[in-house]
Amino acid sequence: MHRFVLAVLRRDLTLATRRRGDWLIAQFFFVMVASLFPLGVGPEPAMLARIGPGVLWVAATLASLLSLSRLFADDHRDGSLEHMVLSPEPTVLLVLGKSLAHWLIYGIPLLLVAPVLGIQFNLSWEAIWVLELSLLLGTPILSLLGGVGAALTLGLRGGGVLLTLLILPLYVPALIFGAGAVDGVMAGTGAEAHLSLLGAFFVLSLMIAPWIASAALRVSLE
Amino acid sequence: MNLYTYASPANFYRLAGKLIPWFAWGAGILTVWGLYISFFMAPTDFQQGEAYRIIFIHVPAAWMSMFIYMVMAFWGAIGLAFNTRLSFMMARALAPTGAMFTFVALWTGALWGKPMWGAWWVWDARLTSELILLFLYIGIIALWAAIDDIRRGDRAGSLLTLIGAINVPIIYFSVKWWNTLHQGSTINLMKAPSMAKIMLLGMLVLAIAAWFYTIAVALVRVRRVILERERQTEWVKAILEKEN
Repeated sequence: MHRFVLAVLRRDLTLATRRRGDWLIAQFFFVMVASLFPLGVGPEPAMLARIGPGVLWVAATLASLLSLSRLFADDHRDGSLEHMVLSPEPTVLLVLGKSLAHWLIYGIPLLLVAPVLGIQFNLSWEAIWVLELSLLLGTPILSLLGGVGAALTLGLRGGGVLLTLLILPLYVPALIFGAGAVDGVMAGTGAEAHLSLLGAFFVLSLMIAPWIASAALRVSLE
Repeated sequence: MNLYTYASPANFYRLAGKLIPWFAWGAGILTVWGLYISFFMAPTDFQQGEAYRIIFIHVPAAWMSMFIYMVMAFWGAIGLAFNTRLSFMMARALAPTGAMFTFVALWTGALWGKPMWGAWWVWDARLTSELILLFLYIGIIALWAAIDDIRRGDRAGSLLTLIGAINVPIIYFSVKWWNTLHQGSTINLMKAPSMAKIMLLGMLVLAIAAWFYTIAVALVRVRRVILERERQTEWVKAILEKEN
């Protein structure tokens, strides 16, 4: 069972290393969106620190959505997706492996870039540390829920925009708890409550999202 | 009599046709009665003045917006589990009304917020979660609109409704989760209502009116959907010939 997940994971990671441009685009998108905000609202350090956690979290969700529309699309186009779904292995594991690969390819680099942007937004080291923790717990949620949207909109006209419309409302709890954790530590009330709720939301997504995504994938491929 | 008879679109089409006038008239009469109570019988609130009367529209609309979503999720789950065509048609027929009530709840909330909080919009938990509910409705309707294949569209929309239904409890408990300036729930089933009986009566009558309206409109809409999807069958052709 876990060998199938690992095989899917290895395949997607290999494909990603062969097309490095793809994942770099998502990271640059993250950096650029976050850098536009100071230009829009002004350079006062106190205000930037105030809006920083929210801006970084919103930018992270958008960057993740940008890459999600291709989660299944490339394999669908060359027909390999149907073969993987038709294989005797459960489709749930295929979706789980693909979501995990998406998180490793697009989520982990966000974690590496985020501290630099945190410094740009004048966040304290403590706040940056909590931001990292919240992104570590939160970005897998984005990949898991996004898998549902990618499966539902597979092969549709304007699928990318539609995916955004479907999935952004579902991201709201992750955004609230993720940005709330950083706000909490900056306000002195602590981040534990928000991080615990974020962790709970992660576990919930991990249990539910792959099943719904695999059902959606079967519906879309019928 | 077997209830499953009505899982067949042809039988349900006839049943819906018989039920629609009852629910439509019921909705009309209850609305007039409820509005009479809320405008002429309910006393003026000593804190909020006359402006509070918007509650009689706002609260039933907010209830219906969440309730219709749960009903849609229910029909979607039934359809996915038992592969019944009519369930998906019901889910599709309910969605526009649900979105409409969500919009009405937001709109009346803004109108109420202006005299009470001094702002049309505040980012308080319940207004915000109602807005997210509207986004969910729009997403589902957009997904249905984007998929031409009926079978795929039905199932995809139902799956999205189900995963969105996880958000509805969050909407409900958001009052407790986030600290906000929204007043606490006015109606509480666990303790005696903290509002005058006549106000409660007006609100409940209007809520039932909204319920009847929803059923009537959904039945009208589901009849259209049935005709469209079953157009190749003999009984639909017979009906259409009779009408022409």
